Amino acid sequence: MELQTVRDEDIEILLIDLHRAHGYDFSDYSRASMKRRLIRLITIDKFPSFAEMHYRLIHDSFYLRRFIEEITVNVTEMFRDPEFFKYLRQHIIPTLGTYPFIRIWVAGCASGEEAYSIAILLKEANLLHKSLIYATDLNPRVLEKAKSGIFSLKSIKQYSENYLASGGYEDFSSYYSAKYDVVIFNEALRKKVVFSTHNLVSDSSFNSFQLVLCRNVLIYFNTHLQSHVLDLIDKSLDNLGYLAMGTKETLRFSGISPKYKQVDTKEKIWRKHDS
Amino acid sequence: MIADLITIGGSAGSLQVILEILPRLRSDLSTSIVIIFHRKATPNPEILINLLALKSSLPIKEAEDKEKIKPGVIYIAAANYHLFVEKDHSFSLDASEKVNFSRPSIDLTFITAADVYKNHTMGILLSGANSDGIRGLEAIQSQGGYCIAQDPATSQVPYMPAKAISKKVVDHIATPAEIADIINNCKSTVS
Repeated sequence: MELQTVRDEDIEILLIDLHRAHGYDFSDYSRASMKRRLIRLITIDKFPSFAEMHYRLIHDSFYLRRFIEEITVNVTEMFRDPEFFKYLRQHIIPTLGTYPFIRIWVAGCASGEEAYSIAILLKEANLLHKSLIYATDLNPRVLEKAKSGIFSLKSIKQYSENYLASGGYEDFSSYYSAKYDVVIFNEALRKKVVFSTHNLVSDSSFNSFQLVLCRNVLIYFNTHLQSHVLDLIDKSLDNLGYLAMGTKETLRFSGISPKYKQVDTKEKIWRKHDS
Repeated sequence: MIADLITIGGSAGSLQVILEILPRLRSDLSTSIVIIFHRKATPNPEILINLLALKSSLPIKEAEDKEKIKPGVIYIAAANYHLFVEKDHSFSLDASEKVNFSRPSIDLTFITAADVYKNHTMGILLSGANSDGIRGLEAIQSQGGYCIAQDPATSQVPYMPAKAISKKVVDHIATPAEIADIINNCKSTVS
């Protein structure tokens, strides 16, 4: 199925019905990506038409879970962009160490790889015992996977390369036990990450943090929703806290930008200076 | 010929072709151009942009998320992200799975461009060893847009344009110099 076989009006109606029936509001998601994933889902789930998917989605709450999982992008890795993690390790984590208790929010965590990466950084800085990582996503299915701490052995090779490139000096395999074709991350890491559902579109600020990571999440939103989410993050960030975004994301054009200063010319990390 | 957006996709051996085309383009071109190169993410993406800018009298920049597409500007797709064209004539980035082993995928930019610019889209496929871009040209053609493949005889790696030609998704086969002439003859309906 190609893009032109689905009418844009039908997508708008689907999104309105989805919001009404199940409370998920995707109306401010970037359309090109959304349209592509809808068509992909129709193809892999072998719906004869767009209308059939629409009907199933509204009437079948089991299917809703699958829909949410497939319609959102959950591609992630551990220590993705190793240079970024190296910067965190060298410059941000030591500053966080001066707080009596460290709260970090990974917003849009998907299957949790980034949250576990942060836990490892904290462990190596000897700060994990006084830290708590909140990792949230709107997608209950990926959160189950994240909570389990179980990842495929296949991806671990890439992750350990990333880990080394990010300045990791331990034996990466000391953080998990391998069994058959999967690995499970250690209890010591898992108990410091709290996974829970949170929808950046409709839920409000739930705590205050010294570091918020929201990487490669805003690119799926239109500018209106981007600025809404940045306001939410701003409300959730302590003064002098840090906000980390994706390699191609920026705070530059947002309403909150006057309060923030980019800490490095290259890395997409901003610090809040609320006066 | 009318074209509001020209999408150019290239893989192995295509950088040379772009460097050959750029200096030939007229500086008052009003059509927007977006170029998708297959390349590895590097710590210094500005090196490629600067290299291309040296050869071009038209402004060249990396396409940014939610950036409006302006006439007469040449945009380069960022490494490691897919680049989509939105209905309001802006770009958006996407970090989802690779397509045809590629991110950015030529197909995805071509397909989303055709969905927005319809018959005012032009697709140009250059040298490469991949089959990325074929479905994209198909989408452009089915919207009534115009599709060009680099003459395989002039391609360092002829597989990609040759495949497009054999799939019959190409309206015209052209050398790099001819591609520059065709672009120069384009008129845009956007002002």
